[in-house]
Amino acid sequence: MTIRKLLIANRGEIAGRIIRTARAMDIGTVAVFSDPDADMPFVRAADEAIRLPGATPAETYLRGDAVIAAARRTGADAVHPGYGFLSENADFARACAEAGLTFVGPTPEAIEAMGSKIAAKRLMAAAGVPVLPGAVFDAADEPDPAKLRAAAAEIGFPVLVKAAFGGGGRGMRIIHDAEEIVAAVAEARREAAAAFGDGTVFLERFVAAPRHIEVQIVGDKAGTVVHLFERECSIQRRYQKIIEEAPSPVVGEELRAELCRAAVAAGKAIGYVGAGTVEFVLDASGSFYFLEVNTRLQVEHPVTELITGIDLVKVQLQVAAGKALPPTVTGASFSGHAIEARLYAEDAAAGFLPTSGELHTFEIDPAPGLRVDAGFASHTAISTFYDSMLAKVIGYGPTREDAQQVLAGALSRARLHGVLTNRDLLVGILREPEFQAGAIDTGYLDRHPAAQLCAAPDELTIQTHVLAAALAEHAARRRDSPVLATLPSGWRNNPSSTQTATFELAGTRIEVSYRIDRDGLTARVGGTELSGLVLHAATPTEVDIEIAGSRRQIAVTRLGNMSYVDSPGGHSTLSEVDRFPDPTASAQAGSLLAPMPGTVVRIAVAVGDHVDAGAPILAIEAMKMEHTIHAPARGVVAELSASIGAQVASGSVLAVLDEEEPHE
Amino acid sequence: MAVLRSSVDTTGEVYLTNRKAQLSAIAALNEQLELARGGGGVKYAQRHRARGRLLARERIELLVDRDSPLLELSALAAWGSDFAVGASIVTCIGVVSGVECVLIAHDPTVRGGAMNPYTLRKTLRALEIARRNRLPVINLVESGGADLPTQSELFVFAGKIFHDLTELSAMGVTTIALVFGNSTAGGAYVPGMCDYAVLVDSQAKVFLGGPPLVKMATGEDADDEQLGGADMHSRVSGVADHFAVDEVDCIRIGREIVEQIRWRKLGPAPSLPADEPRYDSDELLGIVSADFRVPFDPREVLARVVDGSRFSEYKRRYGTSLVTGWASVHGYPVGVLANERGVLFSEEAKKASEFILLANQSDTPLIFLQNTTGYMVGTQYEQGGIIKDGAKMINAVTNSTVPHITINLAASFGAGNYGMSGRAYDPRFMFAWANAKLAVMGAQQLAGVMSIVGKQSAQAAGREFDSAADDARRQQIEAQIERESHAFFVTARLYDDGVIDPRDTRSVLGMALSAAHSGPVAGRRGFGVFRM
Repeated sequence: MTIRKLLIANRGEIAGRIIRTARAMDIGTVAVFSDPDADMPFVRAADEAIRLPGATPAETYLRGDAVIAAARRTGADAVHPGYGFLSENADFARACAEAGLTFVGPTPEAIEAMGSKIAAKRLMAAAGVPVLPGAVFDAADEPDPAKLRAAAAEIGFPVLVKAAFGGGGRGMRIIHDAEEIVAAVAEARREAAAAFGDGTVFLERFVAAPRHIEVQIVGDKAGTVVHLFERECSIQRRYQKIIEEAPSPVVGEELRAELCRAAVAAGKAIGYVGAGTVEFVLDASGSFYFLEVNTRLQVEHPVTELITGIDLVKVQLQVAAGKALPPTVTGASFSGHAIEARLYAEDAAAGFLPTSGELHTFEIDPAPGLRVDAGFASHTAISTFYDSMLAKVIGYGPTREDAQQVLAGALSRARLHGVLTNRDLLVGILREPEFQAGAIDTGYLDRHPAAQLCAAPDELTIQTHVLAAALAEHAARRRDSPVLATLPSGWRNNPSSTQTATFELAGTRIEVSYRIDRDGLTARVGGTELSGLVLHAATPTEVDIEIAGSRRQIAVTRLGNMSYVDSPGGHSTLSEVDRFPDPTASAQAGSLLAPMPGTVVRIAVAVGDHVDAGAPILAIEAMKMEHTIHAPARGVVAELSASIGAQVASGSVLAVLDEEEPHE
Repeated sequence: MAVLRSSVDTTGEVYLTNRKAQLSAIAALNEQLELARGGGGVKYAQRHRARGRLLARERIELLVDRDSPLLELSALAAWGSDFAVGASIVTCIGVVSGVECVLIAHDPTVRGGAMNPYTLRKTLRALEIARRNRLPVINLVESGGADLPTQSELFVFAGKIFHDLTELSAMGVTTIALVFGNSTAGGAYVPGMCDYAVLVDSQAKVFLGGPPLVKMATGEDADDEQLGGADMHSRVSGVADHFAVDEVDCIRIGREIVEQIRWRKLGPAPSLPADEPRYDSDELLGIVSADFRVPFDPREVLARVVDGSRFSEYKRRYGTSLVTGWASVHGYPVGVLANERGVLFSEEAKKASEFILLANQSDTPLIFLQNTTGYMVGTQYEQGGIIKDGAKMINAVTNSTVPHITINLAASFGAGNYGMSGRAYDPRFMFAWANAKLAVMGAQQLAGVMSIVGKQSAQAAGREFDSAADDARRQQIEAQIERESHAFFVTARLYDDGVIDPRDTRSVLGMALSAAHSGPVAGRRGFGVFRM
């Protein structure tokens, strides 16, 4: 059997990733895309693309029927589900088979067997894979408190309460004593039921300072199952991995052999076909316990690819086409070290809140040993409908230190404009001594709060950035000047003041003033005179400046009133404060006057009403025309001087509005 | 085009002596400029600011495009007089919303911005520059009116301000009044005569007669706001086209108006490469001697002023004490006439006349770099017809219609001042280097002439010549002429548009040329070039 045309039932970076391998294998590609994704790079990368009308995952990427219809329409003979969405949906895998499509993944049975964490655990225990002590509480039967307490006591505290279906940490709780257990289980059930449609929860021994170790396995239809070594994914935020690496810095030869043996046993126990991942928790003593099997390609698969030289998507497609695992896979070895960082659009310091908007610039310079699997490009929009991962950036080198340096360097220099990302956090982690020593576990970010890891640029860097932003704007203004563009900037025969600009940086206003004359550049930033200034060159995008004896190249990207400044010292997002704020709103606030003589025909508000800017207040009829008077600003109606039917003179006060401060 | 090669020894003693003298002249200039910037002094500036108002120069700086160049005019007007240096007004050419405009801003810290005779001359000169070069005018108004004790020197010609404003408007040149404060009596006509008027709330006062005058005249009790506030004028009288909530808003509206007029310059845009000269402008300071009697090669000046130091010389071997040739400044093609050895002979006069005619044929603006002690005198020259040849040159200069820009580098004496497009010949702009002298003749020469004339007169009358008295008078006259030929004395009386730092020459010329190209640039036609 040969796959000729592959439909990718996914989006973003993984769709692009799969298309790349398919193309290299001479396989045609079909993308499916939701409405918000219409302009995403993966849509254009595919040979063909089919629209899935709608925006939410439920309307689009989770619609197995729509995906299969798209495959039929385009003549695709196989479907790659990527990760997430339909990737671990046994019904979908089955529907594909029924539709005559090859599902690139394990059998529906294997998916089902691993879909329930409880069933999976039982199965693994039977196959001799170490599991944590635990207990299950079905969605159907409501456990009585005594039973719950007894079960928890038997497992031993602390106890982890977890939803049986789904992941992402939702519904998870750590319980330290028997008193909390009843409420915790009830809550976890509610959440699980809401999020996954199944309220089944289970209790498990909670492992303190656990490390998340997983083993990549691949199996073929002939029953061969092999491992491709381990990955460590202990750096997590809200139970989601953000930095993954291979190999694990703490797994030695012996432990690796044990882990991999257990993983292969797990795979064999379910007749695993394709690429899968067996996840373990490793405790401080070096003991490991089975967590779950992910029956799909993992987000973090590139680290394994980099150390083994194996294209996992290619292996998936080969196996799906019925081929046996090639000798490169069955006899795989690894060399070097790879670290992956997940670049998210989120505000790490504010509790990892997702951010969205227009990604103006997305540029990561290529470097030896660097791989970037990106779903976004410059000028793409980040919607709120999906996971906010922008890209996976992976560093590879002979040693862990090499990989970490390649990655930290690339991330710290990346130009990411328009949307706040977790870049600073990632760089902060990569440069943090404990991480560098490999002393990591899943509690890493609890010990190292994000706000601490996100190093703010130092004072001089900020000053340099603000000055650079002003100078880049100056260069743009000079370049765009319709007259006298070749005259020296800001030239005066009788200089009375400096040029000024005010920027806002993270809510703080910083004023910069500068003068360029025959003695060169002088400047003050935030009231501080900068010393040793030499301006070598300033263009609208690049400022080459010496400050206090040190020469720097600073990149400035301007968009409207925004300036994104990038330099080796860090990154600043500055918004320029308008020199001439439009006072219209404040000028008209207060008294609302009749624009012309007329009759009041309608009053839309009463005294005391809160109104928003633009809300209709009343209407006057004059010359057979009706004129509506709108609130010029948000406020409270303090006075209504007019009544319906009243004749008003031009300029007479109709109403008085007490303006309210706009909400922050 | 040929590139000038400098042979200045920047380490030589002459160079260093010259430089020292120029630097001291510049220091004196800067001192006066600082005084002018200070306006009415710190106390009045503070009081003005305390009222929440911007100073005249702050208003200008906010009004002009950021980082654009700005050429202040007549900065030392009224120097040496009873009035403050700068004459309580700031005039300049600045770029507003991409348009070069003449800006005229009262300085309310100097006696409330009251107008004295120098203020008037400075204002009228600014308006003339606007008219000659077709530049929109923005008045930044806040003036208490006329300085009444000097009304006799003011009143009659002050009417010219309103005349010129409306004349400009008739020419299609936009006029704008931004009223920040008092604009009363005659001053009320400024917003009245301008195409656009913007009044600042609770600050602008625009009325013909204030409350006391109204009370006296008609017995009516009225207050400032009723008579001439921004609110009244924008709602009732319609004198204000725009109501500004504050000064910044007023300036914002002013910028918006200029944006909306969609101004188009009528002269050609710069068409040649505007690369910097190959030599440092700083070296200009070492080229020219403090003593105007020491000649210098004006090509050394051009090498530090014109684009890429490129200069294509015309008639190099003829009439060699006047250098003529083609160059460009900030991309604008120009013809240059520059004195080399002070004196103009018949050949120089004829060469100049021909060159001026050629520039008119090709619509090329002319730059006159003055360093002249006048036309040659003496039997040989009179008999050779120096009067006729000088007349040719003055004729050519007078009737030339391309823009002229004149800079007095060192000396401007005698009819040489006329022939080299002095003030009376209406150059678009005229500036002087800080050390330059201007008079009918040099102080020593003039004193000597007076002495000879005195001796002759004594002889003719048969009187005994008192040489001691003559010496004293001679010294006195010399001192007087020395003082009166000083650049500050000259500029104080609006005989030029300002004294400049020699190092600014290229920028000043660039701005002047660009301003001149706001109007059409066309030479006189109708006769062939006379070969003289």
